Amino acid sequence: MDENRSHRLQANALKIAHLLTLFVAMMIICTPGLWIVLNSFRPTVEIMAKPPVWIPNELNLDHYRAMFGGIGEGGVPVLTYFRNSLIISVTSTIIALLVGMAGGYAFARYRFRGKSAIFIGLMVTRAVPGVALSLPLFIVYARIGIIDTHFGMIITYVAMNVPFTVWLIDGFFRQVPKELAEAAEIDGCTRWQAFWKVEFPVAKAGIASAGIFAFLTSWNEYALASQLTRSVTSKTMPVGLLDFTSEFTLNWGGMCALAVLMIIPALILTFLVQKHLIAGLTFGGVKG
Amino acid sequence: MAEVHLEKVVKKYGSLEVVHGIDLDIAHNEFVVLVGPSGCGKSTTLRMIAGLEGISGGNIWIGDRVVNDLPPRARNISMVFQNYALYPHMSVRENLGFSLKIAGKSAAEIDAAVDEAANILSLTPLMDRKPGALSGGQRQRVAMGRAIVRHPDVFLFDEPLSNLDAKLRTQMRVEIKKLHRKIKTTIIYVTHDQVEAMTLADRIVIMRNGHIEQQGTPLDVFTNPVNTFVATFIGSPPMNLIDGVVKAGKVVFSDGTSLPIPTRYHADEGQRVQFGIRADNIMPVGHALPPEDHMAELDMTVSISEPLGTETILFGEISGTEIQAKMFNPRPVEAGETMKFQITLDKCHLFDAESGRALRDA
Repeated sequence: MDENRSHRLQANALKIAHLLTLFVAMMIICTPGLWIVLNSFRPTVEIMAKPPVWIPNELNLDHYRAMFGGIGEGGVPVLTYFRNSLIISVTSTIIALLVGMAGGYAFARYRFRGKSAIFIGLMVTRAVPGVALSLPLFIVYARIGIIDTHFGMIITYVAMNVPFTVWLIDGFFRQVPKELAEAAEIDGCTRWQAFWKVEFPVAKAGIASAGIFAFLTSWNEYALASQLTRSVTSKTMPVGLLDFTSEFTLNWGGMCALAVLMIIPALILTFLVQKHLIAGLTFGGVKG
Repeated sequence: MAEVHLEKVVKKYGSLEVVHGIDLDIAHNEFVVLVGPSGCGKSTTLRMIAGLEGISGGNIWIGDRVVNDLPPRARNISMVFQNYALYPHMSVRENLGFSLKIAGKSAAEIDAAVDEAANILSLTPLMDRKPGALSGGQRQRVAMGRAIVRHPDVFLFDEPLSNLDAKLRTQMRVEIKKLHRKIKTTIIYVTHDQVEAMTLADRIVIMRNGHIEQQGTPLDVFTNPVNTFVATFIGSPPMNLIDGVVKAGKVVFSDGTSLPIPTRYHADEGQRVQFGIRADNIMPVGHALPPEDHMAELDMTVSISEPLGTETILFGEISGTEIQAKMFNPRPVEAGETMKFQITLDKCHLFDAESGRALRDA
């Protein structure tokens, strides 16, 4: 009996340790984000206080009010930045998904000369740090006159995202059994119908997750955007954060408020698409 | 209403030829089973008939049409895949009706056809489930339902039972046979399981290395195998083959024992041969099926016995070759016991040792 009791105690202790570790890990992950949200509602004095004030004394919307206010009152063109970010991220994501689907499908289904070399080549492009490309990109873009345009940013992000979407979508199409398309063809579909009516819906969850990654990459990207955009016509929200820095001061509260506005659409999108990310959609069609 | 004819059909992958010009005529409403070990070309042949693989030479007819270059959708066939290939994002009803929907049939027509198929296969209570919520046997039935719903000219089955457990497989085998009775359509069925082939087929086509070795009714290929490959492939346990030399009208084995040349067979003096006996035709005296003509007898020491209930498989040796024999009305047998066995020469076989061909009198 004693042996059983000690094993039971040991199991309980392990469970508690497990929960504690998870809590600490989640704290480490969540604290910076929560700190940003909290700071966006606090007066600057409290943000800058040393030692830090952990429990806020006062919460208000001053930073948000100022941000949407006039130029002289610390306002920034938030809506324009938001629109720029949205146009650039959504367009580049759609293009990256279309290319990624075509490429991923080809890599998953067809055999062709140089297949692995091309695939590895695509992956290697991911190894190049984005910032290293900023200067050459700047020079090329300046020459052809697409600095500070939506178009320039869109093709930059498409180039950044395509290798990743191809890789991810290739993996998802590999999981869709070839026989599904064959069965559809025997059932009367053309090759194209078999793809859209059977293979695409089955791989939809994977394609959605590739879409989220591509969108978030473009939405959050700062390094390249800060070089390739100049004015409100194309500046994205991350670059907009820089508007809160001036020669001698940093408006932390304003920055936090803009950061919160940036996080919200990304969160909403992730929650929306999450429903489609339910794993196991492909199970059951073939033997279980 | 369709016959299927294959005329010198060849399949090559690059320079590698995997199907070597096979000829096959399948009558309307015939149930033909292509059987053989893996890599024998049976699935490739089926996929060529389906149009999922192109052909590298020859002609394929379905009905009176040459279909060599037609896509699968234009051949009016349906196919049941080994892994069922049900559409996981559609309910059973949508799976069954998919082909009709693609064909642009009206909702009423689709419903009628789907309900009919569901009735035949007892799928009615499952119509709103997704394939993921079905058991293996139910998925198998949905796959068959999807195949019958459009009344195709030819049914193709690609090892449809190999993912089921033994009990369900036996059950589905019977269902497939019943289905064939009901729907009266040409069926081409691929399997590596000779029991399936024997039980289902009107005609068995045994393939090896891209060639057809033999075709005929199940009983015909069982009783008259044309070579040692067919002899050992069809029948369970496989036919025992013992090496020997023909001397004075007898086959003499390396240990000096001999058996008369089986009736129906002929061999030249001094010819190296293989003597073939099925387990059912070598039985311990006193535990045999009713006596037949042309018996021979020999002694054999039993090394292992496998009781199966109605019969026991006995393992022994004749001139260094392991032999399986069947004991009917079994009694317990000790390992090492020497027993007298009777051999039904009428049902034994003789093959040329070099070519493996049966040495049957013409």
